[in-house]
Amino acid sequence: MQPPPLHVGAEPPPQPVLEEEPPPPPGSPRHIAWARRRAAVRQFWAAYRKDKMGLAGLSILLVFIAVAIYAVFADDTGLSITEATGPRLDPPSLEYPFGTDIQGRSVFTLTLHGSKISLLVGLSATVITMVIGSAVGLIAGFRGGWIDQLLMRITDWGLVIPWLMLAISLAAIFGQSLFVIILVIGLTTWPSTARLVRSQTLSVRERPYVERSRALGASNWHLVSRHVLPNVMPVIMANTVLIVAIAILSETALSFLGLGDPLGKSWGSILERASDGGAATRGAWWWLGAPGLCIVLVVLAFTMIGFALDQIINPRLRER
Amino acid sequence: MGTRQYVIRKIVQAFVTLLAILIFNFFLFRVWSPGDPVSFLTRGQGFNLSLEERAAVIEEYGLDKSTWGQFTEYMKDTFTGKLGVSSFYQGESVMAIFFRFLTPTLLLVGISTMISMVVGIWMGIRSGWRRGSKFDRGSMFFSLILYSMPEFWLGMLLLMLFSSQLGWFPVGGRVSTNVSSMGTLEYFTDVAEHLFLPVLTLALGYLGEFYLLMRSSLLDVLGEDYITTARAKGVLERNVLNRHAVRNALLPTVTLIALSFGYVIGGAITVEVVFSYQGLGLLTYTAIVAKDYWLLQGLFLFFSLAVIAFNLVSDLVYAYLDPRVREA
Repeated sequence: MQPPPLHVGAEPPPQPVLEEEPPPPPGSPRHIAWARRRAAVRQFWAAYRKDKMGLAGLSILLVFIAVAIYAVFADDTGLSITEATGPRLDPPSLEYPFGTDIQGRSVFTLTLHGSKISLLVGLSATVITMVIGSAVGLIAGFRGGWIDQLLMRITDWGLVIPWLMLAISLAAIFGQSLFVIILVIGLTTWPSTARLVRSQTLSVRERPYVERSRALGASNWHLVSRHVLPNVMPVIMANTVLIVAIAILSETALSFLGLGDPLGKSWGSILERASDGGAATRGAWWWLGAPGLCIVLVVLAFTMIGFALDQIINPRLRER
Repeated sequence: MGTRQYVIRKIVQAFVTLLAILIFNFFLFRVWSPGDPVSFLTRGQGFNLSLEERAAVIEEYGLDKSTWGQFTEYMKDTFTGKLGVSSFYQGESVMAIFFRFLTPTLLLVGISTMISMVVGIWMGIRSGWRRGSKFDRGSMFFSLILYSMPEFWLGMLLLMLFSSQLGWFPVGGRVSTNVSSMGTLEYFTDVAEHLFLPVLTLALGYLGEFYLLMRSSLLDVLGEDYITTARAKGVLERNVLNRHAVRNALLPTVTLIALSFGYVIGGAITVEVVFSYQGLGLLTYTAIVAKDYWLLQGLFLFFSLAVIAFNLVSDLVYAYLDPRVREA
């Protein structure tokens, strides 16, 4: 059977028979689909490359990812208070490029190892946010009716509760562990994602190719996984990047309030100790400076990438 | 739908939300919390209960009843303002403590929100009207940096520079101990001096949000047909901006003021800790550190209630400003 003519920008019609055969023969719907996907990626990269802000964000991020990977293998004996050998509260020098903290530990080593935790918490919490937010948004938008009403009500409640207060209460009640922190941040940031995904789902649901696929007898699962989700995905991706920024800031705030990583390695925890140790009143700018600047740079990088993605995906924004 | 129905519907929605928050609060602090509720709620520092006192607490808050029984007791207590007693403040009622710490936070959050709103909207208008200008690019960069900064870190930097190094402002607190007489000019300037840096920190921290929203909202409006019409009929550029564009672009910003309130509270918690500013934020921190769960659950409730109230007000103001909302 000849495949029917395709809509521009639409997914190919379902061809379950060809689904299992790798590699797809030229001219098959699968082959066309992959060719189109590759073209879309190339087109996307071409648009992204023109965005200076996006490129700057990506470069900063890559540097920090490299640093975090290096930190995983780097020697971390300098983190222990008992093994600290440096002078106390020493300003930056050749031996201690970012100075030392009140226990004589190198702020450089602390900051280096903090990158792992901050990125890990930020990325893991974002995964939770995305899974919950996308699922709720997709189901509410696609099913409509009372399910939509109910899910959106719950989402509204989630938006109303002051997130930091909720995070504080959860962290205070369930105790401190990295896992709780990740869960807490994930559970407090999903509602805005759910709203966004729902509104996008509502618009995709009404498109002709979805109707056509439904008319051909496609199941709900097929409609969502093959037509709705791929078209909502770009919005989810752009939102994901922005959520990572929020998650990292949340981790920092929680750690600063003493509810963060119990091992106290993250950038927020360094700032908490700096605050407790009176870094501001003692004028120990290096103790505050390095971890704080790292937070700003990483959050800025994610925000810039998110803005750049938003501009490419959202044609209405592109003319700005 | 008429205005009346709209208002009633919004008020009912706010009450349903309040109910949901109350249920959640109950489960969070009474059911899901580890250990038995009595020792959980009262295990804070310096508050060791004797057996009689323990029995009295159980009796007073109905903690020996079934979950449902406890819940009805809890609802009754909450609506009559019986929110338990703080262990950290040696048995003082949570309600009384709350009102003691409320005014400083209202002052701090109120003033800083005002400043960031006015400045943010002004910058947003200028930026959006002259898109791509030096001012636009500069303020975009500036607000992105501010947005990426944890408020408390900014606060610590300002504290270090202006208080510790330059000595222009006090290093923390809400009022100096040697200034006792309220209402005098001396008292007023002292409070203002203590407020300056926390207000500056929060105002800078929330500037970006107002700026970005106002800018994008103005850009949306500038693409509308009625702007083209206004220009076509020869309205002065200045009037196109002030009478046609800004008025419509302000609408979404009005909602942000209410929605951002929840976030401002979050920022206020950490900033108050940095400046040891005795408001609700520092009180929250105290409750966390002292594991004073009666206090924490009371604060959780108060903050949620504040956000619900602000959302309701913003819905009503929005409907008043934009008749289309009422009709929809």
